[in-house]
Amino acid sequence: MDFELSDDQVALAEGVAALCEGRFDIESVRAMEVDGLDRGRWGELAETGVFSLCLAEDDGGVGLGWAEAAVVFEQLGRALVPGPLVAATLAAGLIEGAADGSTVVTTVPRSLGPAMVEHAAWADVVVISDDQGLWSVPAGALDGVDANQPLDPLTPVRRIDALPQGDQIGDAAAADAWRLRGSMLTAALQLGIAAGATELAVGYAKEREQFGRPIGAFQAVKHRCADMITRVEVLRAAVYAAGATLDGRGADSPERAVSVAKILASSAAAACGKDCVQVHGGMGYTWEVDAHLFLKRAWVHDLAFGEGSELAEELAAGLVS
Amino acid sequence: MDLRYTDEEEHFRDELRTWLSGVLPDVPPLPEDHTDLVARRAYDTDWQRMLYEAGYAGIHWPAEFGGRGSTPTEHLIFLEETERAGAPYVGVNFVGQLHAGPTLIAEASDAQRSTHLAPILKGEHVWCQGFSEPGSGSDLASLSTRAIDDGDDYVVTGQKIWTSFAQVADYCELLVRTDADAPKHKGITWVIMPMDAPGIEIRPIDTALGAGEFAEMFLDEVRIPKSNRVGDENDGWRVTNVTFAFERGTAFISEVISSQRLLADLAAVATRVTRRSGTAWDDAGIRRELGRLDAELDALWSLTKRNVSQAQRTGMVGPGGSVFKLAYADVRKRMADLAEQLLGRAGLAIGDTLDLSDLDHVGERLYTLTLTIAAGTSEIQRNIVGERLLGLPRGDR
Repeated sequence: MDFELSDDQVALAEGVAALCEGRFDIESVRAMEVDGLDRGRWGELAETGVFSLCLAEDDGGVGLGWAEAAVVFEQLGRALVPGPLVAATLAAGLIEGAADGSTVVTTVPRSLGPAMVEHAAWADVVVISDDQGLWSVPAGALDGVDANQPLDPLTPVRRIDALPQGDQIGDAAAADAWRLRGSMLTAALQLGIAAGATELAVGYAKEREQFGRPIGAFQAVKHRCADMITRVEVLRAAVYAAGATLDGRGADSPERAVSVAKILASSAAAACGKDCVQVHGGMGYTWEVDAHLFLKRAWVHDLAFGEGSELAEELAAGLVS
Repeated sequence: MDLRYTDEEEHFRDELRTWLSGVLPDVPPLPEDHTDLVARRAYDTDWQRMLYEAGYAGIHWPAEFGGRGSTPTEHLIFLEETERAGAPYVGVNFVGQLHAGPTLIAEASDAQRSTHLAPILKGEHVWCQGFSEPGSGSDLASLSTRAIDDGDDYVVTGQKIWTSFAQVADYCELLVRTDADAPKHKGITWVIMPMDAPGIEIRPIDTALGAGEFAEMFLDEVRIPKSNRVGDENDGWRVTNVTFAFERGTAFISEVISSQRLLADLAAVATRVTRRSGTAWDDAGIRRELGRLDAELDALWSLTKRNVSQAQRTGMVGPGGSVFKLAYADVRKRMADLAEQLLGRAGLAIGDTLDLSDLDHVGERLYTLTLTIAAGTSEIQRNIVGERLLGLPRGDR
């Protein structure tokens, strides 16, 4: 057993972090609040192989595993990279142009009644998942109202009153794999969000002075920061375990490992987002400081690919079976 | 990033399982009378002797000092398998195995090692820990038990507290102040105190759970030969911190396994507790909390594997131990809250839950109070994490 990152995995994380710093710096990211998805930068991301990471080399992918995807998505979450990152990766090899970024794909689970579809305004294709399979619809064919003010300014949503059936692109097993992998990738984004919010809060606690000293010297603030990194480290263990398990290098069933990661991600990312706001005091409630962006993205991801409470109920059933 | 065990590791596990299944049927249950520490010592040291004879004593100690020289991963497997099999806990051997022994290995003279290490492994010597004092808890370095230099001896006077199993110990790893004028961290010395030395008075301390292993120790001009000093005079703080890494690194690992057993039992209790028309299990809020706790214990087991993997690569247990302890204490306290909620009036007695469970959830609930206090309070752990892991500035305590 060796649960540490390999040298290649460390290099991969550093490479993606550097890419995010250079091309998805927070100014460029926030510009997309107004301008929409920057397809140039989206294409650059695709070019580095982020979306085709787990696609076999014979199919034009990078041929790496889900553990590597977890490490990469952690960095994307940390940098608040916007756009349907999870759907792009799931659709690579399934929908023409998803892997190279020329086709932007988003996804939504089929539900009764009206649905909120993330990224519909930015996407070319929407993939609907349900128990029978995966279904594709051109985004333009999805009639609905784009929200004036989405909860997360970098995650546009469209209200659709009734989802169309769409063209089938995958069977029930493909839909299961879609949900399982999507859940792990979303948990990895959440991990990055929790880690990014913690870094932002800790950085501020070191700089901001009150009563003649950095506020991070006060235990009330220091202990809040310690709780943040504690959540991050526990979550990181769960997310990496889920990634490794999807690659067949785990101890549990992939379903259990991924559920564990998503359950922890749901509570940890939002909690770190809230703590990040709190450490910043009044500034934390302003649009200018990024704290609210971490929290809002965390809330968006909580609801994607399995909501924490529902997954927890499923897990509990295993305790008495 | 691979959570699977190697063939060698699985082989180690298989051998251990085979041995455990052979010997455990003949191991009697823990003595029922918790207050009989003599019986407890005999029980725990008998088990230690069995481990020694089977080659499992000092699993993580280097082979040159009589240990098995196992890797951190094998140590993890050992803790996991012994806990799953219901083998006796390390008990009175805790300080010798996990504090004093490793400290002696790292810091002691050859003569001290040859005197003390083998008897610890064989279950012949029991050690206790004389660190905390009534006036020095979290601020351990402020300790004031003084050692007067008197020729070949130190003459030690003071009071120690939370000295588990002092009543039945042979030796004590003792911290004393040898320089009252130096800064507090720089006047402390680590010495081996034989527990039969004249001038030692031991009084048991009853805990919230009743009578147990705690004691306080009054030292009145106890003579300790200077040849019992480990490390240099006034260098005891550094020597002490060699042991803390071990305590934080391994002490709670097997508890994750026992917590999983407790949680599964709590789920079963939920299906037995009647509520209006059904059972507590019908309450989605209860089921969700059970599921969340299950997930969190699972994640803590993964975190343990990460810490162990890190130790395997670097030989160090980093602040990951503090992170683990903080998170573990939180999970166990929430389990205790859930137990309280489920048991209702069946939780009014220790050891009798009106047939809802064979496990002592009430005693366990009380035990969880120690998890945010013992081995460094959660407040101290948060300082460690905040300052050493996050680099936040030190402030007033």
